[in-house]
Amino acid sequence: MKTKNNFNISDFKAIVIGVSAGGFEALTKLFSTLPKDFPLPIIVVQHIHKYQSGYLFEHLNKHCALKVKEADEKETIKPGNIYFAPPNYHLLIEEDKTFSLSVDEKVNYSRPSIDVLFKCAAEVYKNQLIGIILTGANDDGAEGMRIIKENGGLTIAQDPRDAEFPVMPQSAIDKVEIGIILTLENLTFHFSGWHRK
Amino acid sequence: MEKTKKEGTEVDIFLEAIFQKYGYDFRNYAKASIKRRIQNLQKKFAIKKISEMIPRMHQDRSFSNSILAEFSITVTEMFRDPEFYRSIRENIVPYLDTYPFIKIWHAGCATGEEAYSLAIILKEENLYHKTTIFATDFNNVALRKARNGIYSLDEIKEFTQSYQKAGGKHSFSDYYHAKYKSAIIDNSLKKNITFANHNLVTDSDFGEMHLILCRNVLIYFNKILRDRVLNLFDSSLIHKGFLAIGSKESLNFSSIEKKFNPVDKKNKIYRKK
Repeated sequence: MKTKNNFNISDFKAIVIGVSAGGFEALTKLFSTLPKDFPLPIIVVQHIHKYQSGYLFEHLNKHCALKVKEADEKETIKPGNIYFAPPNYHLLIEEDKTFSLSVDEKVNYSRPSIDVLFKCAAEVYKNQLIGIILTGANDDGAEGMRIIKENGGLTIAQDPRDAEFPVMPQSAIDKVEIGIILTLENLTFHFSGWHRK
Repeated sequence: MEKTKKEGTEVDIFLEAIFQKYGYDFRNYAKASIKRRIQNLQKKFAIKKISEMIPRMHQDRSFSNSILAEFSITVTEMFRDPEFYRSIRENIVPYLDTYPFIKIWHAGCATGEEAYSLAIILKEENLYHKTTIFATDFNNVALRKARNGIYSLDEIKEFTQSYQKAGGKHSFSDYYHAKYKSAIIDNSLKKNITFANHNLVTDSDFGEMHLILCRNVLIYFNKILRDRVLNLFDSSLIHKGFLAIGSKESLNFSSIEKKFNPVDKKNKIYRKK
Protein backbone atom coordinates (compact mmCIF):
# COMPACT_ATOMS: atom_id res chain seq x y z
CA MET A 1 0.00 0.00 0.00
CA LYS A 2 2.87 2.34 0.72
CA THR A 3 4.27 2.53 -2.78
CA LYS A 4 1.30 1.60 -4.91
CA ASN A 5 -1.11 4.30 -5.93
CA ASN A 6 -3.73 2.34 -4.16
CA PHE A 7 -5.62 3.22 -1.03
CA ASN A 8 -9.10 2.97 0.29
CA ILE A 9 -10.69 6.26 1.32
CA SER A 10 -12.99 4.52 3.78
CA ASP A 11 -9.99 3.42 5.89
CA PHE A 12 -9.55 7.06 6.89
CA LYS A 13 -11.35 9.69 8.97
CA ALA A 14 -9.98 12.99 7.65
CA ILE A 15 -7.81 14.63 5.01
CA VAL A 16 -5.49 17.57 5.60
CA ILE A 17 -4.07 19.53 2.70
CA GLY A 18 -1.22 22.04 2.66
CA VAL A 19 -0.80 24.31 -0.33
CA SER A 20 0.72 27.67 -1.11
CA ALA A 21 1.64 29.40 -4.37
CA GLY A 22 -0.41 28.00 -7.25
CA GLY A 23 -3.04 26.73 -4.84
CA PHE A 24 -6.02 28.51 -6.29
CA GLU A 25 -5.94 26.55 -9.56
CA ALA A 26 -4.87 23.27 -7.94
CA LEU A 27 -7.62 23.33 -5.33
CA THR A 28 -10.25 24.34 -7.87
CA LYS A 29 -9.27 21.37 -10.01
CA LEU A 30 -9.24 18.93 -7.11
CA PHE A 31 -12.38 20.06 -5.30
CA SER A 32 -14.62 20.67 -8.28
CA THR A 33 -14.69 16.95 -9.09
CA LEU A 34 -15.45 15.69 -5.58
CA PRO A 35 -18.91 14.10 -5.31
CA LYS A 36 -21.44 15.29 -2.76
CA ASP A 37 -21.13 12.01 -0.85
CA PHE A 38 -17.37 12.29 -0.36
CA PRO A 39 -17.03 10.64 3.05
CA LEU A 40 -14.18 12.55 4.69
CA PRO A 41 -13.90 16.08 6.00
CA ILE A 42 -11.11 17.99 4.25
CA ILE A 43 -9.10 20.57 6.17
CA VAL A 44 -6.90 22.97 4.25
CA VAL A 45 -4.14 25.37 5.12
CA GLN A 46 -3.42 27.64 2.22
CA HIS A 47 -0.96 30.47 2.61
CA ILE A 48 -2.93 33.48 1.59
CA HIS A 49 -2.69 37.18 2.25
CA LYS A 50 -4.59 38.15 5.37
CA TYR A 51 -7.06 40.42 3.62
CA GLN A 52 -8.04 38.19 0.69
CA SER A 53 -10.00 35.01 1.31
CA GLY A 54 -13.60 35.95 0.56
CA TYR A 55 -13.21 35.51 -3.19
CA LEU A 56 -11.68 32.05 -2.83
CA PHE A 57 -14.72 30.71 -0.95
CA GLU A 58 -17.16 32.27 -3.36
CA HIS A 59 -15.28 30.78 -6.29
CA LEU A 60 -14.88 27.30 -4.77
CA ASN A 61 -18.46 27.09 -3.56
CA LYS A 62 -19.61 27.84 -7.07
CA HIS A 63 -17.56 24.97 -8.48
CA CYS A 64 -17.83 22.42 -5.73
CA ALA A 65 -20.54 20.01 -4.52
CA LEU A 66 -19.16 20.02 -0.97
CA LYS A 67 -19.54 22.99 1.34
CA VAL A 68 -16.44 25.18 1.41
CA LYS A 69 -16.04 27.35 4.49
CA GLU A 70 -13.65 28.95 6.93
CA ALA A 71 -13.15 26.83 10.06
CA ASP A 72 -14.91 28.39 13.05
CA GLU A 73 -13.41 28.06 16.51
CA LYS A 74 -15.00 25.23 18.56
CA GLU A 75 -16.80 23.98 15.43
CA THR A 76 -17.23 20.20 15.18
CA ILE A 77 -15.47 18.68 12.16
CA LYS A 78 -17.92 16.87 9.89
CA PRO A 79 -17.80 15.10 6.51
CA GLY A 80 -19.33 16.98 3.59
CA ASN A 81 -17.27 20.05 4.40
CA ILE A 82 -14.05 21.54 3.18
CA TYR A 83 -12.62 23.75 5.91
CA PHE A 84 -9.99 26.43 5.42
CA ALA A 85 -7.79 27.92 8.12
CA PRO A 86 -8.74 31.61 8.51
CA PRO A 87 -6.01 33.98 7.31
CA ASN A 88 -3.72 35.16 10.10
CA TYR A 89 -4.72 32.32 12.50
CA HIS A 90 -3.18 28.92 13.13
CA LEU A 91 -5.75 26.14 12.88
CA LEU A 92 -5.62 23.40 15.50
CA ILE A 93 -7.70 20.30 16.22
CA GLU A 94 -8.84 19.21 19.67
CA GLU A 95 -9.17 15.59 20.86
CA ASP A 96 -12.97 15.87 20.55
CA LYS A 97 -12.54 16.75 16.84
CA THR A 98 -13.42 20.40 17.13
CA PHE A 99 -11.36 23.28 15.80
CA SER A 100 -9.31 25.72 17.84
CA LEU A 101 -7.68 28.87 16.53
CA SER A 102 -4.58 30.61 17.75
CA VAL A 103 -2.65 33.77 16.96
CA ASP A 104 0.62 32.37 18.29
CA GLU A 105 3.87 33.33 16.59
CA LYS A 106 4.27 32.50 12.92
CA VAL A 107 5.81 29.13 12.13
CA ASN A 108 7.95 28.90 8.97
CA TYR A 109 7.12 32.60 8.51
CA SER A 110 3.50 31.54 8.11
CA ARG A 111 0.25 31.93 9.99
CA PRO A 112 -1.64 29.75 9.34
CA SER A 113 1.15 27.20 9.20
CA ILE A 114 0.74 23.82 7.52
CA ASP A 115 3.07 22.17 10.04
CA VAL A 116 0.92 23.34 12.97
CA LEU A 117 -2.29 21.86 11.52
CA PHE A 118 -0.65 18.63 10.32
CA LYS A 119 0.98 17.95 13.68
CA CYS A 120 -2.26 18.47 15.58
CA ALA A 121 -4.25 16.42 13.09
CA ALA A 122 -1.72 13.58 13.23
CA GLU A 123 -1.96 13.43 17.01
CA VAL A 124 -5.77 13.29 16.91
CA TYR A 125 -6.45 11.09 13.86
CA LYS A 126 -3.32 8.91 14.02
CA ASN A 127 -3.32 6.29 11.22
CA GLN A 128 -6.73 7.41 10.00
CA LEU A 129 -5.37 10.62 8.50
CA ILE A 130 -4.37 11.43 4.94
CA GLY A 131 -1.89 14.30 4.60
CA ILE A 132 -1.43 15.94 1.21
CA ILE A 133 1.13 18.49 0.06
CA LEU A 134 0.43 20.30 -3.20
CA THR A 135 2.10 23.12 -5.13
CA GLY A 136 3.95 25.80 -3.17
CA ALA A 137 7.11 27.86 -3.03
CA ASN A 138 8.33 27.20 0.53
CA ASP A 139 8.95 24.23 2.81
CA ASP A 140 6.10 24.58 5.31
CA GLY A 141 4.38 21.21 5.73
CA ALA A 142 7.44 18.97 5.38
CA GLU A 143 7.79 18.53 9.14
CA GLY A 144 4.03 18.02 9.41
CA MET A 145 4.21 15.24 6.84
CA ARG A 146 6.97 13.59 8.87
CA ILE A 147 4.73 13.58 11.93
CA ILE A 148 1.74 12.23 9.98
CA LYS A 149 3.94 9.40 8.77
CA GLU A 150 5.27 8.79 12.28
CA ASN A 151 1.70 8.42 13.51
CA GLY A 152 0.85 5.88 10.83
CA GLY A 153 -1.10 8.18 8.51
CA LEU A 154 -0.96 8.16 4.72
CA THR A 155 1.25 10.79 3.10
CA ILE A 156 0.63 12.02 -0.43
CA ALA A 157 2.64 14.60 -2.36
CA GLN A 158 1.94 16.13 -5.71
CA ASP A 159 4.65 15.14 -8.18
CA PRO A 160 6.95 18.21 -8.18
CA ARG A 161 7.19 17.98 -11.99
CA ASP A 162 3.44 18.34 -12.12
CA ALA A 163 3.24 21.18 -9.56
CA GLU A 164 3.11 24.79 -10.66
CA PHE A 165 5.57 25.52 -7.84
CA PRO A 166 7.62 22.40 -7.03
CA VAL A 167 9.46 23.52 -3.86
CA MET A 168 6.82 22.54 -1.34
CA PRO A 169 6.13 18.98 -2.47
CA GLN A 170 9.88 18.51 -3.13
CA SER A 171 10.75 19.62 0.43
CA ALA A 172 8.29 17.07 1.82
CA ILE A 173 9.73 14.35 -0.42
CA ASP A 174 13.26 15.24 0.69
CA LYS A 175 12.33 15.05 4.34
CA VAL A 176 9.98 12.05 4.49
CA GLU A 177 9.58 8.83 2.63
CA ILE A 178 6.28 9.86 1.07
CA GLY A 179 3.66 7.13 0.69
CA ILE A 180 2.31 8.18 -2.68
CA ILE A 181 3.62 10.70 -5.20
CA LEU A 182 1.24 11.46 -8.03
CA THR A 183 -0.05 14.10 -10.41
CA LEU A 184 -2.95 16.31 -9.51
CA GLU A 185 -4.98 14.60 -12.20
CA ASN A 186 -4.34 11.19 -10.69
CA LEU A 187 -5.23 12.44 -7.23
CA THR A 188 -8.41 13.96 -8.58
CA PHE A 189 -9.24 10.65 -10.25
CA HIS A 190 -8.74 8.74 -6.96
CA PHE A 191 -10.85 11.11 -4.92
CA SER A 192 -13.68 11.73 -7.34
CA GLY A 193 -14.19 8.01 -7.88
CA TRP A 194 -13.66 7.00 -4.26
CA HIS A 195 -16.52 4.45 -4.27
CA ARG A 196 -15.37 2.77 -7.45
CA LYS A 197 -13.42 0.30 -5.33
CA MET B 1 -4.59 6.01 20.92
CA GLU B 2 -2.60 5.05 24.02
CA LYS B 3 0.14 7.66 23.73
CA THR B 4 -2.25 10.56 23.15
CA LYS B 5 -4.45 9.63 26.11
CA LYS B 6 -1.46 9.31 28.41
CA GLU B 7 -0.11 12.65 27.22
CA GLY B 8 -3.54 14.17 27.76
CA THR B 9 -3.54 13.08 31.40
CA GLU B 10 0.03 14.28 31.87
CA VAL B 11 -0.96 17.70 30.49
CA ASP B 12 -3.81 17.89 33.01
CA ILE B 13 -1.53 16.94 35.89
CA PHE B 14 1.07 19.52 34.83
CA LEU B 15 -1.55 22.27 34.58
CA GLU B 16 -2.86 21.31 38.03
CA ALA B 17 0.69 21.54 39.43
CA ILE B 18 1.15 25.02 37.93
CA PHE B 19 -2.11 26.13 39.48
CA GLN B 20 -1.16 24.74 42.92
CA LYS B 21 2.25 26.39 42.86
CA TYR B 22 1.55 29.76 41.23
CA GLY B 23 -2.22 30.21 41.27
CA TYR B 24 -2.17 30.62 37.48
CA ASP B 25 -5.06 28.56 36.21
CA PHE B 26 -4.65 27.13 32.71
CA ARG B 27 -6.82 24.09 33.44
CA ASN B 28 -9.67 25.35 31.28
CA TYR B 29 -7.60 26.51 28.36
CA ALA B 30 -8.28 24.85 25.00
CA LYS B 31 -6.02 21.80 25.08
CA ALA B 32 -4.58 21.80 21.55
CA SER B 33 -2.79 25.13 21.89
CA ILE B 34 -1.69 24.59 25.50
CA LYS B 35 -0.20 21.28 24.36
CA ARG B 36 1.68 23.06 21.59
CA ARG B 37 3.15 25.42 24.14
CA ILE B 38 4.15 22.61 26.46
CA GLN B 39 5.89 20.96 23.50
CA ASN B 40 7.70 24.25 22.78
CA LEU B 41 8.93 24.26 26.37
CA GLN B 42 10.02 20.65 26.12
CA LYS B 43 12.03 21.49 23.03
CA LYS B 44 13.57 24.61 24.57
CA PHE B 45 14.66 22.81 27.75
CA ALA B 46 15.32 19.41 26.14
CA ILE B 47 12.79 17.65 28.34
CA LYS B 48 11.59 14.30 27.03
CA LYS B 49 8.47 13.67 29.04
CA ILE B 50 5.82 16.05 30.32
CA SER B 51 5.98 14.29 33.69
CA GLU B 52 9.59 15.48 34.11
CA MET B 53 8.40 19.07 34.02
CA ILE B 54 6.85 19.12 37.47
CA PRO B 55 10.05 18.43 39.46
CA ARG B 56 11.91 20.79 37.14
CA MET B 57 9.38 23.51 37.88
CA HIS B 58 10.06 23.19 41.61
CA GLN B 59 13.84 23.25 41.24
CA ASP B 60 14.59 25.66 38.45
CA ARG B 61 13.38 29.21 38.67
CA SER B 62 14.34 30.15 35.10
CA PHE B 63 12.24 27.23 33.94
CA SER B 64 9.20 28.31 35.91
CA ASN B 65 9.50 31.85 34.57
CA SER B 66 9.58 30.39 31.08
CA ILE B 67 6.38 28.47 31.70
CA LEU B 68 4.43 31.66 32.32
CA ALA B 69 6.07 33.43 29.41
CA GLU B 70 5.32 30.54 27.09
CA PHE B 71 1.72 30.17 28.24
CA SER B 72 0.80 33.80 27.82
CA ILE B 73 0.35 34.76 24.18
CA THR B 74 1.67 38.21 23.56
CA VAL B 75 1.42 38.28 19.79
CA THR B 76 -0.36 41.50 18.87
CA GLU B 77 -0.06 44.49 16.58
CA MET B 78 -1.30 48.05 16.21
CA PHE B 79 -4.69 48.43 14.53
CA ARG B 80 -4.99 44.67 14.20
CA ASP B 81 -7.93 44.21 11.77
CA PRO B 82 -8.06 47.85 10.62
CA GLU B 83 -11.73 47.49 9.69
CA PHE B 84 -12.53 46.85 13.33
CA TYR B 85 -10.96 50.15 14.36
CA ARG B 86 -12.77 51.92 11.56
CA SER B 87 -16.00 50.50 12.91
CA ILE B 88 -15.20 51.66 16.45
CA ARG B 89 -14.56 55.12 15.02
CA GLU B 90 -17.71 55.24 12.92
CA ASN B 91 -20.23 53.19 14.91
CA ILE B 92 -19.23 53.33 18.57
CA VAL B 93 -17.57 56.73 19.04
CA PRO B 94 -20.85 58.66 18.46
CA TYR B 95 -22.45 56.78 21.39
CA LEU B 96 -19.42 57.11 23.64
CA ASP B 97 -19.37 60.85 23.00
CA THR B 98 -22.74 61.23 24.74
CA TYR B 99 -21.16 60.39 28.13
CA PRO B 100 -19.43 63.05 30.27
CA PHE B 101 -16.61 60.57 30.97
CA ILE B 102 -15.77 57.24 29.41
CA LYS B 103 -14.38 54.09 31.00
CA ILE B 104 -12.90 51.43 28.74
CA TRP B 105 -11.51 48.07 29.76
CA HIS B 106 -9.08 46.43 27.39
CA ALA B 107 -8.76 42.89 28.75
CA GLY B 108 -5.75 40.84 27.66
CA CYS B 109 -3.77 43.81 26.36
CA ALA B 110 -0.45 41.90 26.16
CA THR B 111 2.27 44.36 25.10
CA GLY B 112 -0.15 47.26 24.65
CA GLU B 113 -0.23 47.90 20.90
CA GLU B 114 -4.01 47.75 20.67
CA ALA B 115 -4.53 49.95 23.74
CA TYR B 116 -2.47 52.65 22.04
CA SER B 117 -4.38 52.11 18.78
CA LEU B 118 -7.60 52.78 20.63
CA ALA B 119 -6.11 55.85 22.30
CA ILE B 120 -5.19 57.22 18.86
CA ILE B 121 -8.74 56.76 17.56
CA LEU B 122 -10.23 58.45 20.62
CA LYS B 123 -7.74 61.30 20.39
CA GLU B 124 -8.57 61.95 16.75
CA GLU B 125 -12.26 61.87 17.59
CA ASN B 126 -11.74 64.30 20.46
CA LEU B 127 -12.79 61.89 23.20
CA TYR B 128 -9.49 60.92 24.71
CA HIS B 129 -9.35 63.74 27.27
CA LYS B 130 -12.46 62.37 29.02
CA THR B 131 -11.51 58.71 28.73
CA THR B 132 -9.75 56.25 31.02
CA ILE B 133 -8.52 53.04 29.43
CA PHE B 134 -7.83 50.20 31.86
CA ALA B 135 -5.54 47.86 29.97
CA THR B 136 -5.01 44.59 31.81
CA ASP B 137 -3.10 41.36 31.42
CA PHE B 138 -1.84 38.63 33.77
CA ASN B 139 1.64 38.73 32.28
CA ASN B 140 3.77 41.31 34.12
CA VAL B 141 6.59 41.17 31.60
CA ALA B 142 4.18 42.07 28.81
CA LEU B 143 2.64 44.83 30.97
CA ARG B 144 6.05 46.37 31.52
CA LYS B 145 6.60 46.50 27.79
CA ALA B 146 3.14 47.98 27.33
CA ARG B 147 3.84 50.73 29.88
CA ASN B 148 7.15 51.56 28.20
CA GLY B 149 5.45 51.76 24.82
CA ILE B 150 8.65 51.07 22.90
CA TYR B 151 8.26 49.01 19.75
CA SER B 152 10.55 47.89 17.00
CA LEU B 153 10.88 50.33 14.13
CA ASP B 154 10.64 47.34 11.78
CA GLU B 155 6.99 46.92 12.68
CA ILE B 156 6.08 50.54 12.13
CA LYS B 157 5.64 50.22 8.39
CA GLU B 158 2.90 47.64 8.82
CA PHE B 159 1.35 49.61 11.70
CA THR B 160 1.28 52.71 9.50
CA GLN B 161 -0.56 50.88 6.73
CA SER B 162 -3.09 49.51 9.18
CA TYR B 163 -3.53 52.95 10.74
CA GLN B 164 -4.39 54.35 7.33
CA LYS B 165 -6.78 51.49 6.59
CA ALA B 166 -8.45 52.17 9.93
CA GLY B 167 -9.29 55.67 8.72
CA GLY B 168 -6.39 57.51 10.38
CA LYS B 169 -6.74 61.28 10.06
CA HIS B 170 -3.15 62.36 10.56
CA SER B 171 0.29 61.07 9.87
CA PHE B 172 1.03 57.99 11.98
CA SER B 173 4.47 59.39 12.71
CA ASP B 174 2.78 62.05 14.87
CA TYR B 175 2.28 59.38 17.51
CA TYR B 176 5.80 58.09 18.07
CA HIS B 177 9.40 59.24 18.21
CA ALA B 178 11.98 57.23 16.36
CA LYS B 179 15.16 56.58 18.28
CA TYR B 180 17.84 54.18 17.10
CA LYS B 181 15.82 51.15 16.01
CA SER B 182 12.84 51.86 18.20
CA ALA B 183 9.59 53.73 18.00
CA ILE B 184 8.62 55.33 21.32
CA ILE B 185 4.94 56.02 21.78
CA ASP B 186 4.18 59.68 22.47
CA ASN B 187 3.51 60.50 26.12
CA SER B 188 0.22 62.22 25.33
CA LEU B 189 -1.18 58.79 24.40
CA LYS B 190 -0.04 57.20 27.63
CA LYS B 191 -1.68 59.80 29.84
CA ASN B 192 -5.10 58.19 30.24
CA ILE B 193 -4.14 54.53 30.01
CA THR B 194 -3.74 52.57 33.23
CA PHE B 195 -1.90 49.31 32.70
CA ALA B 196 -2.69 46.85 35.49
CA ASN B 197 -2.41 43.19 36.34
CA HIS B 198 -5.68 41.31 36.13
CA ASN B 199 -6.26 37.63 35.50
CA LEU B 200 -9.48 36.88 33.64
CA VAL B 201 -9.50 33.31 34.89
CA THR B 202 -9.25 34.00 38.60
CA ASP B 203 -9.96 37.70 39.28
CA SER B 204 -13.34 39.37 39.59
CA ASP B 205 -15.18 42.06 37.68
CA PHE B 206 -13.99 45.56 36.95
CA GLY B 207 -17.14 47.64 37.18
CA GLU B 208 -19.10 50.25 35.22
CA MET B 209 -17.37 50.12 31.86
CA HIS B 210 -18.77 51.80 28.75
CA LEU B 211 -16.76 49.62 26.41
CA ILE B 212 -14.87 46.35 26.89
CA LEU B 213 -12.40 45.07 24.32
CA CYS B 214 -11.14 41.53 24.56
CA ARG B 215 -9.85 40.29 21.26
CA ASN B 216 -8.25 36.95 20.47
CA VAL B 217 -8.25 35.85 24.08
CA LEU B 218 -11.41 33.74 24.18
CA ILE B 219 -10.09 31.49 21.37
CA TYR B 220 -7.65 30.05 23.91
CA PHE B 221 -10.36 29.07 26.39
CA ASN B 222 -12.65 26.05 26.49
CA LYS B 223 -16.42 26.57 26.57
CA ILE B 224 -16.65 26.64 30.37
CA LEU B 225 -13.99 29.29 30.79
CA ARG B 226 -15.24 31.32 27.83
CA ASP B 227 -18.63 31.45 29.48
CA ARG B 228 -17.22 32.51 32.82
CA VAL B 229 -15.24 35.33 31.24
CA LEU B 230 -18.17 36.52 29.13
CA ASN B 231 -20.27 36.72 32.28
CA LEU B 232 -17.50 38.71 33.90
CA PHE B 233 -17.71 41.17 31.00
CA ASP B 234 -21.48 41.30 31.19
CA SER B 235 -21.37 42.26 34.87
CA SER B 236 -18.61 44.81 34.26
CA LEU B 237 -20.56 46.75 31.61
CA ILE B 238 -23.05 49.54 32.16
CA HIS B 239 -26.56 49.20 30.74
CA LYS B 240 -26.17 49.71 26.94
CA GLY B 241 -22.40 49.24 27.18
CA PHE B 242 -20.39 47.81 24.27
CA LEU B 243 -18.45 44.57 24.04
CA ALA B 244 -15.89 43.94 21.28
CA ILE B 245 -14.32 40.51 20.75
CA GLY B 246 -11.96 39.03 18.15
CA SER B 247 -13.05 38.74 14.54
CA LYS B 248 -13.11 34.92 14.72
CA GLU B 249 -14.77 34.78 18.14
CA SER B 250 -18.48 34.79 18.84
CA LEU B 251 -21.10 34.99 21.58
CA ASN B 252 -23.03 32.12 19.98
CA PHE B 253 -24.03 29.34 22.39
CA SER B 254 -22.80 31.33 25.38
CA SER B 255 -25.04 32.13 28.33
CA ILE B 256 -24.89 35.88 27.64
CA GLU B 257 -25.81 35.58 23.95
CA LYS B 258 -29.38 36.76 24.55
CA LYS B 259 -28.37 39.74 26.64
CA PHE B 260 -26.53 41.43 23.76
CA ASN B 261 -27.42 42.78 20.32
CA PRO B 262 -24.89 42.84 17.50
CA VAL B 263 -23.92 46.37 16.42
CA ASP B 264 -21.42 45.23 13.80
CA LYS B 265 -21.70 41.51 13.12
CA LYS B 266 -18.62 41.26 10.95
CA ASN B 267 -16.34 43.07 13.36
CA LYS B 268 -17.92 41.39 16.41
CA ILE B 269 -19.07 44.45 18.27
CA TYR B 270 -22.07 43.91 20.54
CA ARG B 271 -24.21 46.10 22.75
CA LYS B 272 -25.73 45.12 26.06
CA LYS B 273 -29.53 45.24 25.95
